[in-house]
Amino acid sequence: MTALPRKSPSAKGSHAKALSENPLKMSPALGASLAILGLEGSVPLLHGAQGCTAFGLVIMVRHFKEPIPIQTTAMSELTTILGGADNLEQAVLTLKSKLGPKVIGVCSTGLTATRGEDLAADLKRIAAEQAETLDGTRLIGIDTPDYAGGLEDGWSRAVTAMIDQVARPNPGPRDPKRIALLAGCHLSAGDIDELRDLAEAFGLEATVVPDLADSLDGHLPPAWPKTTPGGTRLQDIETLGAAGAVLALGRHMEPAARLLEDRTGCPALVLPNLTGLTESDRLVATLARLSGRPVPARLRRQRDRLRDTLLDAHFHTGDKGIAVAAEPDLLAALVGLVESLGARITAAVAPQSGPALEEIKAPVTIGDLGDLEDMVRAAPEPCHLIISHSHGRHPAQALGLPLLRAGFPQFDRIGAQHQVSVGYRGTQARVVELANLFIDHPGDH
Amino acid sequence: MSGALKRRVTQLQNEPTCPTSLAKSDADKRKGCAVRGLTPGAAAGGCAFDGAMITLQPVVDALHLIHGPIACLGNSWDNRHSGTTGPTLYRRGFTTDMSELDVIHGGEKRLWKALKQAIARHQPPAVFVYQTCVPGLIGDDIVAVCKEATERLGTPCIPVEAPGFIGSKNLGNKLAGQVLLDHVIGTREPDPELDPAGPTDVNLIAEYNVAGELAHVTPLFDALGIKLRTALTGDARFHRLQTAHHAKVNMVLCSHALFHVARHMEQRWGIPWFEGSFYGMAAIGHSLRHFARLLAEQGADPTLPARAEALIAEREAATKAALAPYMARIRGKKALLYTGGHKSWSVVSALQELGLEVIRTSVRKATETDKGRALELLDDDEDRLAGAIPNPELYRILKEGEADIMLSGGRSQFVALKAAAPWLDINQERHHTYAGYDGLITLARELDKALNSPVFPAARAAAPWDDDGNLLPEMGEPA
Ligand code: SF4
Repeated sequence: MTALPRKSPSAKGSHAKALSENPLKMSPALGASLAILGLEGSVPLLHGAQGCTAFGLVIMVRHFKEPIPIQTTAMSELTTILGGADNLEQAVLTLKSKLGPKVIGVCSTGLTATRGEDLAADLKRIAAEQAETLDGTRLIGIDTPDYAGGLEDGWSRAVTAMIDQVARPNPGPRDPKRIALLAGCHLSAGDIDELRDLAEAFGLEATVVPDLADSLDGHLPPAWPKTTPGGTRLQDIETLGAAGAVLALGRHMEPAARLLEDRTGCPALVLPNLTGLTESDRLVATLARLSGRPVPARLRRQRDRLRDTLLDAHFHTGDKGIAVAAEPDLLAALVGLVESLGARITAAVAPQSGPALEEIKAPVTIGDLGDLEDMVRAAPEPCHLIISHSHGRHPAQALGLPLLRAGFPQFDRIGAQHQVSVGYRGTQARVVELANLFIDHPGDH
Repeated sequence: MSGALKRRVTQLQNEPTCPTSLAKSDADKRKGCAVRGLTPGAAAGGCAFDGAMITLQPVVDALHLIHGPIACLGNSWDNRHSGTTGPTLYRRGFTTDMSELDVIHGGEKRLWKALKQAIARHQPPAVFVYQTCVPGLIGDDIVAVCKEATERLGTPCIPVEAPGFIGSKNLGNKLAGQVLLDHVIGTREPDPELDPAGPTDVNLIAEYNVAGELAHVTPLFDALGIKLRTALTGDARFHRLQTAHHAKVNMVLCSHALFHVARHMEQRWGIPWFEGSFYGMAAIGHSLRHFARLLAEQGADPTLPARAEALIAEREAATKAALAPYMARIRGKKALLYTGGHKSWSVVSALQELGLEVIRTSVRKATETDKGRALELLDDDEDRLAGAIPNPELYRILKEGEADIMLSGGRSQFVALKAAAPWLDINQERHHTYAGYDGLITLARELDKALNSPVFPAARAAAPWDDDGNLLPEMGEPA
């Protein structure tokens, strides 16, 4: 289809190109930090030199338009030579005394991982030696070297670490009214609220891990929050195994769900994609089955509206060429949506491999926005739209195409956190947005 | 860090013009400053690599290649608003995106391949290659790779050895300045036909053309016949930058981090320099007068100082007239200035010209001279000079109305907004330019827009119910 060599999604983690131009990828430590921010009273701590934290802070502040608590162990040249355990301990103790967090999520970076620092062992020692001082503060360690994987991998590892280091075995009976939702990094605060509402419509109480809708949804709190002003409570993760079921929302949430299942017997289900008519049907059917309740009239009406909208939209979306670049699970959702509207995939680019790429029928390139630009130029048929995070404005500008922003970061938009793309209503909102975009930019048709 | 880099860092830290260094004992000076001042768990600010990028990336026609794993560029690119009037190559993000295998086997081969590909694809006049922590730690020799690439590929490849772990953003600025001295400035003579050196050529050092602010400065130069040879490095073109040594005067803006560049250029090419700013009428006047005098002393048109006076008088009168309607709406408002360095006083002076009261200014990273100037502007009231102010305190100041507005950098923006208080960006990420006479008018307009926006009283208004959601007695009654 294009002049560029393609790699199969299974070519895991390898790099064909020595040069990445206009990167799509972000670091796993950033993904892990985002996930930690979904815990109540938390602060992420990057174990590395100060710059990584400064950059992470800026990109998160620009996206959420919220104050973000995040800190650094401030490794210097000297401590890089001598070892970072002292810095780590000092940082943990400083955070404890200054912010009094309930959780400190410690992520390694390229620097400390290359040095071969044993994060898990160091944290274990600090927790034991400083048990009294650290009372009421939980340390969670996550391995996120910058050279292995990207944002989605870091998020996935962080959620797995939360389950692994916090969830307890479940000796007692299960509560069928409770479900655990492990939310992937492709879901916004708006998506999480929508999912919670959907569960509620079936009388189910959802514990969402991590819960950015409760921590970074952008509200005016009554006082200055030193740590995250909301999010999943630790005690809810401790007892997560008592839920009737755990749903992995996104393929990259599967390892965490399986771990919880293995440890507690809580049955795990994977819902790779929640955007689209069939996908929403599967979600609603799952909730109906788990709750043993009929589908409420309100949802049935929403479904009928979505079907109607699909019909209205297809005039504008059919045969449009669309280039999509996103983290694997988001890519799968976006490609699926676009294809269900009769549009063509001009290019599908993921920053790194991920299990969700198996769900995509169209050929996927592991690459960057430079690749996307090349592929659009080389495509035999016209391309009309680019979908990606805000950095997609570079190829969009270069190619003179409109850009639909999706995922993280969206630094040149407000309200990105409230965008809803899941379920009947979320799908409908996205379909309407796409169709209207094509009404404004019909391209060469 | 290599021995050579280590020597360079120590040398830069012992700069006679470095204020931090001046304040130190000899023993402390020998230790250098890279590792001090940072408390694990309570540190803020960018790394040396970040600083080097700030100083060099505004060279708009160069290709900037970051050697390292994805974190350094992937999390950071496209986050500044240094403007261009032409080429846009500098806006593209290039990185070697090192993998685990490169970390094990070394990343030099990957860097070499990346250079080859990047040069073939974009044919830039030069490539700046930035070292970062991981390749720095495993010992990738970017100097050697750059040397070989320069020879074999015929494009200057310039190593920028400022990996994050060696220190702060400020140290990175300095190292980048040294890179300009070592590899760029003086490496080409101006074309006698197309770009002849003239008696009124000047450079602006540490001017990064944020939000395109040069557009408010160069018209003033044009009016006086002064020619901007190049900025270091806002909107700079590589070949022109190489001829910076033909300027007759250097002005250093906003930053003691590049004093050494001016000093070195004075020693080597006899170019006099001064420190100045374009924020506020007093500063603009001061800068233009300096240029005129120093140029005239070196043989430029002797009427230049008189013409500068006339221009200043004319522009100040016009500016005051244009400011009047805004000032009527912002006069007497209380501002909290949370920036640092040179801006801790230069912006104070601009705000005071607009009739605002500056209740406090942060003098982080400011020289003793900067502090002295700030203090002078603030009636010698030491209490109004602050160091780092923690977020909860900033929040309190705004929430309790001690200040009506905060001017700061992007990362504290949401401290103000969470207190439902007005905020204005004064740092590198800003979208508006406040330099020059027109910039001052823009600043007044932006202050007016922020201070008098109806959203603040709306966002501060209490809900018609109590904390438990019970309607207050007088609320909820049908009208
Ligand atoms: S601290 Fe080091 S690894 Fe982190 S961004 Fe700076 S150069 Fe990159």
